[in-house]
Parts: sequence; structure tokens; C-alpha cells
Amino acid sequence: MTTVLEAKHINKYFKKPVLFHVLKDINFKIEKGEFTSIMGKSGCGKSTLLYILSTMDTDYEGELLLNDELITNQSRDYLSFIRNKHIGFVFQFHYLLADFTVLENVMLPAKKLAEKSLQEIEFDAYEKLRTLNIDHLAKKKASHISGGEKQRVAIARALINNPALIMGDEPTGNLDSYNSENVFDIFKRLSLEEGLSLLVVTHDEDFANRTDKIIMMEDGRIVTNPRQMI
Amino acid sequence: MTNWKLILSIGKTHLLTKIKQTSIAALGVTFGIGSYITLVCFMTGLNAMLDNLILNQTPHIHIYSEIEPSKNQPVDMYYGVKNSFNVVHSIKPKLSQKNIHNALPIIHYLNANEKVRGAIPQIKTQIFYIAGSIELGGNLTGINLIEELRLFNFGDYIIEGSAKALENTDNGILLGIGIAKKMSLKIGDRVQVSPIGGDVFPLKIVGFYQSGIADVDAIQSFANIKTVQRILGRPNNYITDINVKLYDIEKAIPLSKKIQQQFNLKAVDIKTANAQFETGTTIRNLITYAVSITLLIVAGFGIYNILNMLIYEKMNDIAILKATGFSGRDVQFIFMSQAMIIGFVGGILGLIIGFGLASLIDTIPFKTEALPTIETYPINMNPLFFIIGFSFAMLSTFLAGYLPSKRARKIDPVKIIRGQ
Ligand SMILES: Nc1ncnc2c1ncn2[C@@H]1O[C@H](COP(=O)(O)OP(=O)(O)OP(=O)(O)O)[C@@H](O)[C@H]1O
Ligand SMILES: [Mg+2]
Repeated sequence: MTTVLEAKHINKYFKKPVLFHVLKDINFKIEKGEFTSIMGKSGCGKSTLLYILSTMDTDYEGELLLNDELITNQSRDYLSFIRNKHIGFVFQFHYLLADFTVLENVMLPAKKLAEKSLQEIEFDAYEKLRTLNIDHLAKKKASHISGGEKQRVAIARALINNPALIMGDEPTGNLDSYNSENVFDIFKRLSLEEGLSLLVVTHDEDFANRTDKIIMMEDGRIVTNPRQMI
Repeated sequence: MTNWKLILSIGKTHLLTKIKQTSIAALGVTFGIGSYITLVCFMTGLNAMLDNLILNQTPHIHIYSEIEPSKNQPVDMYYGVKNSFNVVHSIKPKLSQKNIHNALPIIHYLNANEKVRGAIPQIKTQIFYIAGSIELGGNLTGINLIEELRLFNFGDYIIEGSAKALENTDNGILLGIGIAKKMSLKIGDRVQVSPIGGDVFPLKIVGFYQSGIADVDAIQSFANIKTVQRILGRPNNYITDINVKLYDIEKAIPLSKKIQQQFNLKAVDIKTANAQFETGTTIRNLITYAVSITLLIVAGFGIYNILNMLIYEKMNDIAILKATGFSGRDVQFIFMSQAMIIGFVGGILGLIIGFGLASLIDTIPFKTEALPTIETYPINMNPLFFIIGFSFAMLSTFLAGYLPSKRARKIDPVKIIRGQ
């Protein structure tokens, strides 16, 4: 099995308002096609860890490897490129560009990557929207659709460049159980069928129990890994 | 690599959703550029008109022989007192001729110079105008009419009658309009002139001359060189002045110095003779640019404000773009492009409005006795002004957009996402 993401001795401090050691010696690996969830009490540092893993936060100690390539201390422009090509991010709150249509929102990262023609990108975007059952919303403005729909648009956008890894910060946090189930099924299928790796922060125990691996956090530390313990 | 098409399309979408603020910012630029174009076309038109008024009829170099006391008094040349200190009291100039010696060869020589458009002779003399019992002092200038028409737009200043008539009439005179009014003379009338200490000659009035400067028009008249030579009783090589027109006015100073040395004559260049004139031109230009730049700075602050506001409103968009792989530079370019679009659209509109206003002014009648050739307000529509105006618009919006867009570049997406 190939390793997609590896964290080695990650430490992070918040210096303001007082020195605060948020993340303490975090070590773990995510393999290709693995569906991993992160659980832990509120305030234990899950989001902080995710921002570091997503390369958006560069203020940390330790090493981060993506596809066995060291990405710690790379230039900001290169990190932007990595986020664009290899990492899809789904936020807890549906972050969409309100002035653009659903289709444009989904297409933007692919246009930025510019590896495909506009027609191909549009075709792919429709494809992703269809898998998420929201292709009928394509031409609607992003500000004119419901919360659950926005969440699925955000997932479609995360998928558009066929990344190696999708990260989610409570992606089902404000979805009803039906939609939550739907998103879980989509994630599961992507990891099984397309070998996509997933790293999802969740408070939903049912959701976590059905993933391949649970990373348990407490006070900025990884404590146990229930599956491996058994 | 920067994907300009994508960046522009994002910038455009942002602007279109904020069309009101965008239009106001663009209108600021339009206003600034529009008034710059109008002002500069009008002011330089005015400059050109005033330049023409004075400079067209002024030779670039005026050559004459000055009456002045000789620098070497005879006693200095006498060898016997060479080592002594000589004092000569009450030196007076020798009453030499006002005539330029060898004027015709000099004119010939000057005309051969490739910088010279033309060198033409004149005879200036003081006369009295006599009509009935009235006697008025004045100037009569003998001219070579064809050359004057060619080089000094002399035709512009003949307001009644024609240049041809002077050419064809042997004893014709173009009378200054001021004199004509004072003596109530009409075309076809006769006026008698008499040089100082000379006989009385009757001349036929073939036209009126108006320079636009009342003091000149009250004394100045023109006749053919031959006529004046006859009045003065001088041979046909008697020339008092040589007027030179050059291709390039900037060459006037060095050339006049050279002539002065070479021929031992007085040669005055146009720059020295009309120094105060340049000052007026400079000040008018200064006003034009001061006003335009002020307007553009105001417009620039408008753009700065609106862009700052836009960036504040689009914090989420910036965070999302950065999270999905747009670099800080891309984000900066997105907002920069918005400033430039505002500058471009506002600038082009400003050029159009400026063009319209200037064209409008160009049709407004403006008649004044002082300027016989002017019918409407003068406008100088130089393409260079439009290029400058457009560059101005782009530069000021670039500066106004730079700081806000740089702020957008530095925004930390994690902070924004956490803040939600
Ligand atoms: N910018 C900051 N400066 C200082 N402390 C911070 C900052 N951001 C977060 N923290 C603190 O760091 C800790 C971890 O925050 P984080 O957002 O990672 O928690 P979390 O595990 O995601 O919680 P939740 O499940 O509620 O989302 C918290 O105690 C929080 O107060
Ligand atoms: Mg969190």
C-alpha cells in the first residue's frame, strides 16, 4: 500500500494571547484508498490539525509528507498548487462563492489547474454534480440553494481535480440524517471504487464507526486507535 | 503561470455584482479624464492661438543695424598715445545709415542656409499720414508681399481689400485700421504720406491691416519695398531690416549669435524678444495639469475606497479561492484587475466625453476684433493628449488598486475560515 499523507512529530503553538501548545507530537499515516475519521472533544485541536494537513497553515513544527514528498517549508505558491491538484477540502460551513453559479463554483479549481479544456472541465463538473444528485442546480446561483445542497456542491468542487486526498471538517455537521447518510455513502464509494483517501473530522460516532480507521484526539494528542487496539 | 482569462472572469463577476459602486468609481475616473481632455485641448488651443497672434507675424530672427557709439574711438587707434590713459567725454554715435550694408548678398547667403525657411528684406521708416488738415505720425514698412504671405501669414491680417491689390497697384498702401478710423478713410481713397524731412507722396488705399494689437494698428501701414524706396529717395539696395524664418524655432538663438558676429549687425532672436510670452504658455499648461491631476487623485481615492470595501465584503471568497489552490498572487491580480477594469472603462468614457466637450467648444462662436482670423473658440485636438489621458487613468487606478489588492494577497484563509 502506498502512503498518501504522513505527519511526523507535528507540534503547534498559539502564541497569542498566551503561549498555548495546541498540537503535541502528532504522528500518523494515511494510506491510499483509506477512509479515516478524526474524533475528539471540542477544542482538542482537530480543526487546527486539519488546517496544517491541508497546507493552509504553515506555522508548525515537524514534517508533513504528501505522496512521500516533503511539503514542509515549500514556497507558498507551490503549496497553492498542491492544494489545487492533490487536496480537496470540505468545510463544516458550506463555503461557496456566492456571486457565481453552482457550475462555476465546481469548475473554478479545475480552471485554475488548467490541465483540461473548458469543455472537458464542464463535462467533469456535470459528472460530479450528477453523482451527488444535484446536477439540476448547475445553473443556479450558489447563494440561492439550501444548506444541504451547498454542502454537496462543496464536495463536488473538492472532487473536480480528482485529488489524492479529501479532507473534511465536520462535512456532515449541519446536514439532516438523510443527507448525512448520502454524503457518507458517496465518500465510501469514492474510497472503494476510485481509491480516494479521506480524512474526515466528525462528532458523529455512527459515521466514525463505519470508516476504516478512527484517530482519537485528546488535548492536542492522539490517544488511541480503537480499531488497531482490537 | 497566471491564468489571466480566469482571473479576469472572476474580477468581472465581482464588479458586475457590485455594479453601482463600480460605476461610481468608474465615473470618478471618467470625470477626471474628461475634464483633463477638455481642459488641455482648450488651453493648448488658446496657447496656439496666442502664439499665432504674436509669433506668426514675428520673425524668428530680426536683423538690423543699430545706431550706437563705436567702441573704438579714433584716439585709441593713434599709436602715439597707446600707453597712456585716454578719456573721451560725451561720445555720440556717428549718424550712420539705418541701412544694412550689402543687404542683398546677406539675404542671398541666408537663404542658402538649409535651416532657413526664408530671409526677406523690409524697409522700416517713420512717416506722417496727411489727409486734409490731419497729420498723424506713424510707421510705414516696405515689404516683399509674396514672401510675407508665404512666411508670416500676412494675408490673415488684411481685413478688407486684398493682398493682390497691393501687388498690382504701384502706389498702393495697406493702411492700419486704427489710422483709417481716425482719418475716416475708405478703400480707394488716397492718403498722403511724407517721410521725415521729405516730400509728400499720395498713395492709394488698397486694403486695411489689423494685427489685433490696437497700438500697432494705430500707426502701422505697409507698402511695396519699391514704393517706400521711392518715397525715401533711396536706391533699390536700401534695406533696413532682414526678417528670417527658420524651420526650427529652437535654432534661433545660436543662429542669431552667429549672424551678429559674422556681419557685425544686430540680430535679435524670437526667444529673447518674446520671453514673457513663454511664461504665459507655461503657466496655462501648469494650471491644466494641476487641475487634472487633482481630479484624478480624487478619483483614485474613490477607487481605493471602493476596492477596500469590496475586499472586506469578499473575505470569504478570498479564503475559498486560497483554500482551493489560488495563490496569493492570483488573488492580488483578481483585485488588481478590477481596479484596472474600472480605470479602463472610466478612462475610455472620459476620452469620449472629453472629445465630445472639446468638439462642442470648437463650435461655439468666438468673435473678437482683436483676432480677425478666429471664428470659434480655439481647440487643439492632439492625439497625444488622448494617449496621455488614457495612461493617466491606468496609472492612477493602478496606484489606487495596488495597496488594497496587496492586502487581499496577504489575507490568511485559516483566520477567515475559523472566524465563520
Ligand atoms: N487563533 C487562535 N489563537 C489562540 N488559540 C486558538 C486559536 N484558534 C484556536 N485556538 C484554540 O486551540 C484549540 C483547538 O482549536 P480547534 O479549532 O482546533 O478545536 P476543534 O478540535 O476543531 O474543536 P471543535 O470540535 O469545536 O471544532 C482551542 O482550545 C481553541 O480555543
Ligand atoms: Mg473544529
